[in-house]
Amino acid sequence: MRQATEQKPKKGKVTDRAKAERKLAYMLCAPAVIAMLLVTGYPIGYALYLSFQKVDLRFPDEKEFVGLSNYVDVLTSTTWWSDVFVTVIIMVISVSIELVLGMAIALVMHRAIFGRGGVRAAVLIPYGIVTVVAAFTWRYAFDPTAGFVAGLPLVPDDYAPLSNQSGSLLIIILAEVWKTTPFMALLLLAGLALVPDELHEAAKVDGASTLQRFVRITLPLMRPAILVALLFRTLDAFRIFDAPFIIQPGGANGTETVSILGYNLLINRLNLGLGSAVSILIFICVILIAVLFVKGLGASTAQQTGDAK
Amino acid sequence: MSETTPRGKVMWLIGILVVILYALIPVAWITSLSFKAPDQVGDRKFFSGFSFDNYEAVFSDNTFLAALINSIGIALIATFISIVLAALAAYATSRLDFKGKAVILSGALAVAMFPPISIVGSLFDMWRAIGLYDTWPGLIIPYMTFTLPLAIYTLSAFFREIPWELEQAAQVDGATPFQAFRKIIVPLAAPGVFTAAILVFIFAWNDFIFANTLTSTDAARTVPAALAFFTGASQFEQPIGAVAAAAVVVTIPIIIMVFIFQRRIVAGLTAGAVKG
Repeated sequence: MRQATEQKPKKGKVTDRAKAERKLAYMLCAPAVIAMLLVTGYPIGYALYLSFQKVDLRFPDEKEFVGLSNYVDVLTSTTWWSDVFVTVIIMVISVSIELVLGMAIALVMHRAIFGRGGVRAAVLIPYGIVTVVAAFTWRYAFDPTAGFVAGLPLVPDDYAPLSNQSGSLLIIILAEVWKTTPFMALLLLAGLALVPDELHEAAKVDGASTLQRFVRITLPLMRPAILVALLFRTLDAFRIFDAPFIIQPGGANGTETVSILGYNLLINRLNLGLGSAVSILIFICVILIAVLFVKGLGASTAQQTGDAK
Repeated sequence: MSETTPRGKVMWLIGILVVILYALIPVAWITSLSFKAPDQVGDRKFFSGFSFDNYEAVFSDNTFLAALINSIGIALIATFISIVLAALAAYATSRLDFKGKAVILSGALAVAMFPPISIVGSLFDMWRAIGLYDTWPGLIIPYMTFTLPLAIYTLSAFFREIPWELEQAAQVDGATPFQAFRKIIVPLAAPGVFTAAILVFIFAWNDFIFANTLTSTDAARTVPAALAFFTGASQFEQPIGAVAAAAVVVTIPIIIMVFIFQRRIVAGLTAGAVKG
């Protein structure tokens, strides 16, 4: 992705002014670019180096080069694959719900004649709230002794979803969906604003129903906005750490996600070699997901150029 | 259109109410928990009591106060540094013509997608070796991985909207370059810079993974990490009321910012994504 270069139309001559401008631009960009490379590039390179070593901070003298053996250990373990499975389940279910719910909220906000500011402020609250706080809120809400959910009518008095895997995953997904749907809704709302009203008016004259107009006009025109929102959220959801960490400490009840696995190996077990192999594998997964989306996005923007706007 | 009929209006009103309830019920719940006296925590009801015990406990707890100061200081410094660096880069990408503009923007986007867990192990090892473990800079530096791209993106989007010709116009009218910059460009750019700063601050304030892995004491532990360690060893003996009170305390600044700056925050959040 970083290699992507923009093909600018070639200029006949490079004037001194243009040269000076370019020099200034590089000088202005340099601090930010160098800072980004240093804070991400260097540690990821070091993680790559560590992933080829046997490094355990509890036995610092036993450091040695082991090649791909850490990767083999991770990829042949059932833990890695079950954690990938748990992460993908959380990611797919929460992002799907967020898309549908976010679209509904975006439509309400788009058409709201009054109270728009209030709705906007209200949806921004979950988004702004610290993830750890949101996770505690949901964990306590479903606590069998202190939570209000078990006290609700129609809910069994001893309802304790956090004591099993599916219930715990459900609460993690709920916490995730609650917090991030507003972001989805805001991105989709911005996309909705780009759909021209005239198209809807014309289709209505032709007798199209509300649903037909949504499916045939709104959705196709919003495709780029939807893909961008899905890309952001999918990558974010794959990295999920805060909510499961708080809702089921230590990945209990089969809620260990890949990020939690990395944390357990690196920080709890101080096994930097194995942990770094997990870190690098997560990094590769994220790149793969991003490449898939960017390909889809490129295809859709190519399709749209010319007729959008 | 359907929403102008009485039935349509009622439908949209219901929609708005549902959205507001969706957003506020959990906030009401944690607030309600925070005001419960210890013997009311188990009653599973909303707003069953009104006691300040938990807030007194939290504010007399040095660990929480230290965490609050760490959170505020670290988030402010990280915001300041990333906004300064990003403003320079965003000025270049939105106003100057040079090769590699797209590389910088897509590079920033790529860095924004970066999984923090991928560098936690290396940072843990490096920071312990060079003495940055459990210090403010030890958190501020990794925060740049997400604050810088976010700031570059939002600032570039805002700066693209600025009518830069006004600067030349002012100079033609006899203003010095500095006057033109201070009187024309600064007021035009300030709202965008301010919005980007709020967004970056919210993100830095939210961080848990770095704060959790790269700190160990009151020296640098921020509130989200401190909250996680509030909980005792067992799941069943947590000070629920105290955690709730601390949670409300760190949520208040966010709610205030959201209410005052909601329009700008929305513009900032969506600017990069839609136009980029």
